[in-house]
Amino acid sequence: MIKTLLKSVRQYKIPSLITPIFMAIEAFCECLIPFFMAEMINEDVLSRSDAMQTILLYGGILLGLAICSLTSGVLAGRFAAKASCGFASNLRHDLFYRVQKFSFGNVDKFSTSSLVTRLTTDVTNVQQSYQMCLRIAIRVPLQFIFAIIMSFIKNPSLAWIFVAIVPVMFVAIFGIMRYVMPFFRRIFKKYDALNNSVQENVGGIRVVKSFVRESYETEKFDKAASEVRDDFTKAEKIMALSNPFMTLMINVAAMLISYLGTTIIINNGFSNGGVLPEGAFAAADLSALITYGIQILSCCMMFSMVFVMITMSLESARRITEVLNEESDIVSPENGVQEVKDGSIRFENVNFKYSKKAQKYALSDIDLDIKSGETVGILGGTGSSKTTLIQLIPRLYDTTEGTVYVGGVNVKDYDLDTLRKEVSVVLQKNVLFSGTIKENLRWGDENATDEDIERVCKLAQADEFIRSFPDGYDTHIEQGGTNVSGGQKQRLCIARALLRKPKVLILDDSTSAVDTKTDALIRQAFKEEIPDTTKIIIAQRVTSVEHADKIILLDGGKILACGNHDELMATCPTYREIYEEQTRKSSQEGGNVSWRK
Amino acid sequence: MAEMKKKPIPPMHGKRGMPMPKGSIKKGTLPRLLKLLMKYYKWQMILVLVCIFLNAVGSAMSSVFVKTLTDSIIKPGIENGLNAVMGELIGLIVTMACVYLVVILSSFLWNRAMATVTQGMLYHLRMDMFSRMQTLPIQYFDTHAHGEIMSTYTNDTDATRQLIGQSLPTILSSSLSIIVATVVMLWYSVWLALVVFVCTFAMTLVIKVIGGNSAKYMVAQQTSLAEEEGFVEEMIKGQKVVKVFTHEEQAKADFDKYNEKLLRDSERAHVYGNILGPILGNIGNFTYVILSIIGGIFLMTGAANVGLCSIVEGIGPLSIGAIIAFLGMSRNFTMMISQMSQQISMIAMGLAGASRVFTLMDQEPEVDEGYVTLVNAKKDENGELVETTERTGLWAWKHFHKAEGTTTYTQLKGDIVMDMVDFCYVPEKQVLTDVTLFAKPGQKIAFVGATGAGKTTITNLINRFYDIADGKIRYDGININKIKKADLRRSLGIVLQDTNLFTGTVMENIRYGRLDATDEECIEAAKLANADDFINRLPDGYDTLLTNNGANLSQGQRQLLSIARAAVADAPAMILDEATSSIDTHTEALVNDGMDKLMHGRTVFVIAHRLSTVRNSDAIMVLDHGRIIERGTHEQLLAQKGVYYQLYTGAFELE
Repeated sequence: MIKTLLKSVRQYKIPSLITPIFMAIEAFCECLIPFFMAEMINEDVLSRSDAMQTILLYGGILLGLAICSLTSGVLAGRFAAKASCGFASNLRHDLFYRVQKFSFGNVDKFSTSSLVTRLTTDVTNVQQSYQMCLRIAIRVPLQFIFAIIMSFIKNPSLAWIFVAIVPVMFVAIFGIMRYVMPFFRRIFKKYDALNNSVQENVGGIRVVKSFVRESYETEKFDKAASEVRDDFTKAEKIMALSNPFMTLMINVAAMLISYLGTTIIINNGFSNGGVLPEGAFAAADLSALITYGIQILSCCMMFSMVFVMITMSLESARRITEVLNEESDIVSPENGVQEVKDGSIRFENVNFKYSKKAQKYALSDIDLDIKSGETVGILGGTGSSKTTLIQLIPRLYDTTEGTVYVGGVNVKDYDLDTLRKEVSVVLQKNVLFSGTIKENLRWGDENATDEDIERVCKLAQADEFIRSFPDGYDTHIEQGGTNVSGGQKQRLCIARALLRKPKVLILDDSTSAVDTKTDALIRQAFKEEIPDTTKIIIAQRVTSVEHADKIILLDGGKILACGNHDELMATCPTYREIYEEQTRKSSQEGGNVSWRK
Repeated sequence: MAEMKKKPIPPMHGKRGMPMPKGSIKKGTLPRLLKLLMKYYKWQMILVLVCIFLNAVGSAMSSVFVKTLTDSIIKPGIENGLNAVMGELIGLIVTMACVYLVVILSSFLWNRAMATVTQGMLYHLRMDMFSRMQTLPIQYFDTHAHGEIMSTYTNDTDATRQLIGQSLPTILSSSLSIIVATVVMLWYSVWLALVVFVCTFAMTLVIKVIGGNSAKYMVAQQTSLAEEEGFVEEMIKGQKVVKVFTHEEQAKADFDKYNEKLLRDSERAHVYGNILGPILGNIGNFTYVILSIIGGIFLMTGAANVGLCSIVEGIGPLSIGAIIAFLGMSRNFTMMISQMSQQISMIAMGLAGASRVFTLMDQEPEVDEGYVTLVNAKKDENGELVETTERTGLWAWKHFHKAEGTTTYTQLKGDIVMDMVDFCYVPEKQVLTDVTLFAKPGQKIAFVGATGAGKTTITNLINRFYDIADGKIRYDGININKIKKADLRRSLGIVLQDTNLFTGTVMENIRYGRLDATDEECIEAAKLANADDFINRLPDGYDTLLTNNGANLSQGQRQLLSIARAAVADAPAMILDEATSSIDTHTEALVNDGMDKLMHGRTVFVIAHRLSTVRNSDAIMVLDHGRIIERGTHEQLLAQKGVYYQLYTGAFELE
């Protein structure tokens, strides 16, 4: 997992490597500084007559060290920022590019919000951990070792106190962490549930208010919020032990050192006749030793904190690698066919299910032959797999068994871009993007001229309403196309698909919000203006497909009947019923719709 | 709701990620927060204050120990031997132990208390926000981006948590430590303390410049992050369209632009954030060196030292022990300053977050002056309506007349009258004009018209999601303004075009309509809505867990569930707003069958796009620009050969 992530470091390898070096220099200086401080301000030194010289000497050294520490600290900070932000940027880049490679099957697997979270929050978490690693993971052990060495130099017999305390410290802190981590994991889940309940409430506020469920919702929220509070408080109370515990350890060490250190100094001095021998362990060394002690123990603390942070971001890392390792199940073949000959389509013994595990086939035994330029209507109830069927044509999904041919060539042999450029689908759940109408339409063809755009809009019966907007073709579309009506949106989507000048045009229930008259005009225009394009129309209204060359009636993933209107009227009772039901004039029987199979 | 979508939506902010310092900090946020803390957690707060104080004093005292050790034990000890000072040494060690014990205990206590206070406070904030939000008028939800409301619960609450749980205690203990350190420094030497103050001034300058830049780019980073998030969200939502149009390369190129900007801003923010620490730390080191030199000069020259101690000890030369102690203190002092500086951006973010939390809590709730309530009723032997507690299927409006002090009961029939109603969402734009309509009990009234004609608005007025500007709406002869909103809404079942399901089982979702409905009643309702069939085919039938607004169901199936939900509510009147728009005609016919049963004897308002859905209505209202332009039965309207006729024959565009 980590390996996959580290692949994204790329051009930031150098700053990533430099950072720890500067960090080490900084750590080195920071360890030396208290040492020289103790050397400089020392009873012994101060009581001598040349004290000023010593102070100036050590002051000089200290200034040098401080400058060195400052420089390396600033540089380390800069490089760390460069490395971690660059790494995060690369990760986002890789994630987004990976998602662009996804097939429909892959897209279905991840929800939008989970992908967005992975690209934002998860990357930020990993970025923080990475920077933490660069800055602290090197520095802390170094500081730890320096401090231990220094305290041994100061006084080997006292330094053992730290060596004895460190394991106790580690055991205690890791014990606390281990105990608390499962709590936190549980809390995060509950926290998600809490946010989810707010989101549902806000989104469904009309339902809540209509059913007068405000107090019920508040109770539900209260329960979720109380659970979060109780668990969080519990976990934080346990965490609250770690700080005092560290202080306790430091203080125990300080007392031991004060006591033992004092006896050593006094005994030394007393036996030497009331004067401390030159270079012996002195009072000032005591405080230096205590300072080292604090440093050693805070290193332990930092270490466990880094550990916790990394553990926490592991979950984010896992979620990121999940996307990075997701292989697209539909890839363009090498040297794929670059040209689609015509708009003929053939299904041969096609069976399809969405996942290998699914028991039921979404499509079974599909055999179809559509000639280039034909208009084909597809009818069928909710869940009869109409959409599934047409999605196999531009290879948005691969068949489970059997083959789909476009222009006489197996769709799997085409270069994907070529195939999808020639087979244009107007999706049922369609989307416009924020930008002007023109920009949206140019998705169909980047190089389309204004005349091209106008032409397809006329075809899709969109020109008129676009012109009625104050800004015409430059009207700004809000995200998701919320500022145009459903029918207008559908017509824009049709125009966008037309702009590709495809050999096969598929409309997946794309005129459901368009009134019957306009619907008819669009079909008329198709017939006259793009006669050579194969047109496949999924519709709810029989009238939309009545005049098609071929009507396919789907039921439960199987072709129930196939033929033109007259044939089906004659041979297919279901079709006849639907037709009669939908076209029956109300005047005959008070308009009450009661329709049974 | 389509009407409302056209209104400008406030810019969306990032929903996730780090708290964003958007907007400003409202005045009085901090005092209010502190007041709330004192209200709910008075004793804990006092305990925390005392503990932090003890902690700061105790920590400061620790540094005095070394001086005492040096001056009054080691020095005489060296001259007179260990035994001579042993008693004092033990005494000092015991004192140390006591002080340390206080430090540790107080640290333990305030850490624990803060856990309770922080989480408890967050709980109260969340509850206050949520329960207030439940009382807000629909208008609030229509005019605020949902992402923005969400962000108050996530980002802003999180920022507030940091503020209460981390920044406030840190600032409190740091400033206490600083005060104690200042006193101790002044005690030893005013001159040396002045040097420290000068250096502190330099530190504040650095904080101002670098910290300011860090905060500035932090904000820029958050903005860029939100922008990128917005782009990614839009692209991923439309991922299938991107694929269909082989637009991947363009999407990548656009993404790179956002990503580069984010990289630039975040790098700057991090650089400034990273270098602040080393710079402040080393200013501390410089201070130390300067102090040592000046201390040395004092020592050499034996110049008169002035400190608070002089009051007791008189003015004299600076002692060696005093210099050592002073230097320790000065290090402490500069460390605290740098610790505090690290909280600045957190505090700003926290206060901005708390401001928004309070803004939500301060929203004006829906006004409800209604006093007529809905009660279960039965007929007594005289045929008079009397109130009862059990569910009889018979409902009555309980009307208390203040003037006479009497209570009357009016049977709920579903007689709804709108009389010359005018309405607008925003003053400039009249949405409904002179709308008058009658719905007799049991009638089905349909609204037809283009998007924006005001169909949904009318239903919004009947259940008082919005209040009318002029005119009157009467329900069984009672002005709906007199009816308690909750009771009014309870009497109206509603099915909306945008179905909203809640996390829970299918059964729980249906039961949402009436919480005391039995399983059998829920299943009965599902059958009525023709949903039973597909529910039984779900993996766990009625116990199937729905998440993410029923993401695993089709739009049509969701609508069937929401019809079942309304059916179980068994309300005397119903509003169906495009309730069957996503159900194919085949299934719709089946649903309509059930709906006819459901609607039997109820007043029903129907909004539908498909004219087949409204054909059998008792009256059809054709709306145009907020006015009713035609009304009548299907046959009457066809005979009129007006707009409806044109719509029906397809000669007129509905959009």
